[in-house]
Amino acid sequence: MRVVLDPDLCQGHAECEFAAPEVFSVPRRGVVEILRDTPPPPLLDAVREAVRNCPTRALRLED
Amino acid sequence: MITRPPMVSGDEHLEELRTDPIALMRRVREECGDVGTFALAGRPVVLLSGAEANEFFFRSTEEDLDQAEAYPFMKPIFGEGMVFDAPPERRKEMLHNQALRATMMRGHAETIEREVRELVALWGDEGEIDLLDWFAELTIYTSSSCLIGRRFREQLDVRFARLYHDLERGTDPIAFVDPYADIESFRRRDAARVRLVALVQEIMDQRHENGPAAREDRDLLDVLLSVRNEDGTPRFGADEVTGMFISMMFAGHHTTSGTAAWTLIELLRNPAVLAEVTGELDALYADGSAVSFQALREIPVLESAIKEALRLHPPLILLMRVAKTPQRVCGYDIEPGELVAASPAISNRLPGDFPAPDEFQPGRYAEPRQEDLVNRWTWIPFGAGRHRCVGAQFAMVQLKAIFSVLLQDWEFAPAQPLDGYENDHSKMVVQLRQPCAVRYRRRVR
Repeated sequence: MRVVLDPDLCQGHAECEFAAPEVFSVPRRGVVEILRDTPPPPLLDAVREAVRNCPTRALRLED
Repeated sequence: MITRPPMVSGDEHLEELRTDPIALMRRVREECGDVGTFALAGRPVVLLSGAEANEFFFRSTEEDLDQAEAYPFMKPIFGEGMVFDAPPERRKEMLHNQALRATMMRGHAETIEREVRELVALWGDEGEIDLLDWFAELTIYTSSSCLIGRRFREQLDVRFARLYHDLERGTDPIAFVDPYADIESFRRRDAARVRLVALVQEIMDQRHENGPAAREDRDLLDVLLSVRNEDGTPRFGADEVTGMFISMMFAGHHTTSGTAAWTLIELLRNPAVLAEVTGELDALYADGSAVSFQALREIPVLESAIKEALRLHPPLILLMRVAKTPQRVCGYDIEPGELVAASPAISNRLPGDFPAPDEFQPGRYAEPRQEDLVNRWTWIPFGAGRHRCVGAQFAMVQLKAIFSVLLQDWEFAPAQPLDGYENDHSKMVVQLRQPCAVRYRRRVR
């Protein structure tokens, strides 16, 4: 599974970093940096939560 | 070569926007298609609909399509320097609201449950409520408690809710001509704001007299009161504090209140769905689990009913921006200074995206249809893209908590013809037209 970012949409709310800090890092000003775009299976639940919680729906999880 | 979008029939449309905005916007789509223009006090408004045009709208940056200038009717409500009167960078920071974080939702659900239970505790075994008044008062308490704090909420009563309602009514689109025009609704708006400042001043005075609260009881007002200038004087006066609170509560107030009311109305119009939702909640809470636990989880039938109420009766019918740079969409040019708009009321009912668009069909959200997810640029009760509602999750948790309490303990019946419930579209803040009464009766189980 691969994490895909729609960079137009990210507003740096950092909900993803809250949900999965191993995968997402959000600076105080600016957009998310994806630390591992193919997260290992043990992190997938947290990544799904990150995708779900993104207020601007900027993240997607692809097969 | 500049290609102007087509103009809808008629020369000037402010009066139509003030009386029947949805008919006007429908006509724009019928006559012009995905990109059409109407005139607001002589100024062109380019109205977009359909996925391609909406995607352009929702992806645009603040530098290209600016929100601030597009909402002149908000400044007299929020006050100087607030929200749309603040620079875009500052506005973006304000939207990173800690109180809306996913981690805060459990506490909010508990708060909301308590507020609903406190209000229904005033009910007899049966009676009648006005949906607008009742949900507007409830959501003043829930939003003040969740966003500002319990301590502040406990110092509010129905007076605050009524004054707040006068603010919301003070959004006549005539504000596009003059936000301070001498009309009744604007006079009431300004008087209400003065009285709200006085109420907040009273609360501030009491706090000064009583001294600081215990650390764990402190709310946002205590924090604001503790901020000092370099010379030791308080940083924020009552006017500024009131402006902040009005702005924080605004986006989540009439929107959630109206959606709660419309969800209930649509459930009354569709008794089979109501029975399904009630059955779902009965099963979910049969083990005595807490509302604060379940409201954070999926409640599929109830959620679909809420989504469908949102699709058919979106609380915001017109989202606006002002073009700051030349833009091109679907082959048409937009020039700097023109207003650009998208309409949830129109897009949410496009027949190509939403079969039987005028029918209440919660089933459209179940797999595999998932019409909200499939149509990400046209299912837009919360907007979309970079400015998508930051409170969407809070709103859904709140609505799930409200109906978890209401439908477990109470039965509802219409107190007027079912087709007699309708919105009043004469203001930019859409609200139910009164009377909008329903009867309640304690459930016997």
